[in-house]
Amino acid sequence: MKDKMTIFTKGIIKENPVLVLLLGMCPTLAVTTSAINGLGMGLSVIVVLTCSNIVISLLKKAIPGKVRVPGYIVVIAGFVTVVQLLLKAYLPELDESLGLFIPLIVVNCIILGRAEMFASKNPIVDSMLDGLGMGIGFTMALGLIGLIREFFGAGTAFGIQLGTEITPMGIFMLAPGGFFVLAMIIALINWLSKGRAIKKKEIGCDVCPMIGTCSGICEKEEAGA
Amino acid sequence: MEQIIIIMMSVILVDNFVLSQFLGVCPFLGVSKKLDSARGMGMAVTFVMTLATAATWPIQNFLLEPYGIGYLQTLVFILVIASLVQLVEVVLKKHVPTLYKSLGIFLPLITTNCAVLAVTIMNIDEGYTYAQAIFNALGAGLGFLLAMVLFAGLRQKLEDSKMVPAPFRGIPITLITASILSLSFMGFGGIVDGIFA
Repeated sequence: MKDKMTIFTKGIIKENPVLVLLLGMCPTLAVTTSAINGLGMGLSVIVVLTCSNIVISLLKKAIPGKVRVPGYIVVIAGFVTVVQLLLKAYLPELDESLGLFIPLIVVNCIILGRAEMFASKNPIVDSMLDGLGMGIGFTMALGLIGLIREFFGAGTAFGIQLGTEITPMGIFMLAPGGFFVLAMIIALINWLSKGRAIKKKEIGCDVCPMIGTCSGICEKEEAGA
Repeated sequence: MEQIIIIMMSVILVDNFVLSQFLGVCPFLGVSKKLDSARGMGMAVTFVMTLATAATWPIQNFLLEPYGIGYLQTLVFILVIASLVQLVEVVLKKHVPTLYKSLGIFLPLITTNCAVLAVTIMNIDEGYTYAQAIFNALGAGLGFLLAMVLFAGLRQKLEDSKMVPAPFRGIPITLITASILSLSFMGFGGIVDGIFA
């Protein structure tokens, strides 16, 4: 039972996919112009990640090793389409503001990474918990970034006006603000953990979920080999 | 013609994929430590984006739309891109070894680059004609290449610097640099409207 708890909680703080593993940067930066958008994106990812982890764990013996990545992509793309249609039907506003980034969940490296590194090697219940934990970690990170950007950029939180004394700095809602807020949060984590959390996990082949398919080519290239 | 120039200028400078739309941020941060690899990655992305658009636009308009199966778009596009990348790799390896040598190693990484899938979907959403779609993809790739090369140049200096405070070393300072670069790209804001005015 304790093991199961660890599997579930590690994605939330210790191995938070966004803030510690630094995965899935594109949606993290793009949709966090408000807390609601960030949480909406996070919830969509929880659904896709949990479902695809379950199905991939079930199919792990049926998918031949050589075509496993395309196999995972088909499973993930299926669930993304389901989420896309559901959002269009029931939450059209959210669908409008997330736009292009809903279909792009397919190529979110967190989902493919969990499929490759966890679900394809572990039983169903563990994979489900891993998916849920990672998804919740992702959602919390996006919600936090969204909240900060929304507060500074528009002076609101979850769409509610917070006083009128502060003049909103619109730049936080734009592209530079996204990069800046994420940089500050990661620097804060570095500072609080005295550099231990993200020490060796800089973006590179170590965290790239595709390392199995490219055999670390980009790292060799970076090293000038 | 005018239309195509406007599309290309806006996608390269104003709506730059990396710096204003946050597409392809992972390779932008991951493969930009050295100028050579940044250039190789940028060129490979440009190449695959253009090819992928050339393949997916007809699929959407002559296959998915007429048969009313537009909802399969995401699934079909990502599979087309994945198999296209494999195919290109094999063909280049066999017939154009010089090009393979410079681009080949980056190709497997591109399948899951969100910028490629994004440009193919965007071309459909914007309702571009075939020629416009191809030039939009080419421009998106060139914009990515430009951002990569500019950023790699900055980053080489940054890596050597001892002036960066400890908590900011590594990714945070890289993101701050990206933030400043994207701020300067915002300066291109009104440029497109003025071209033919």
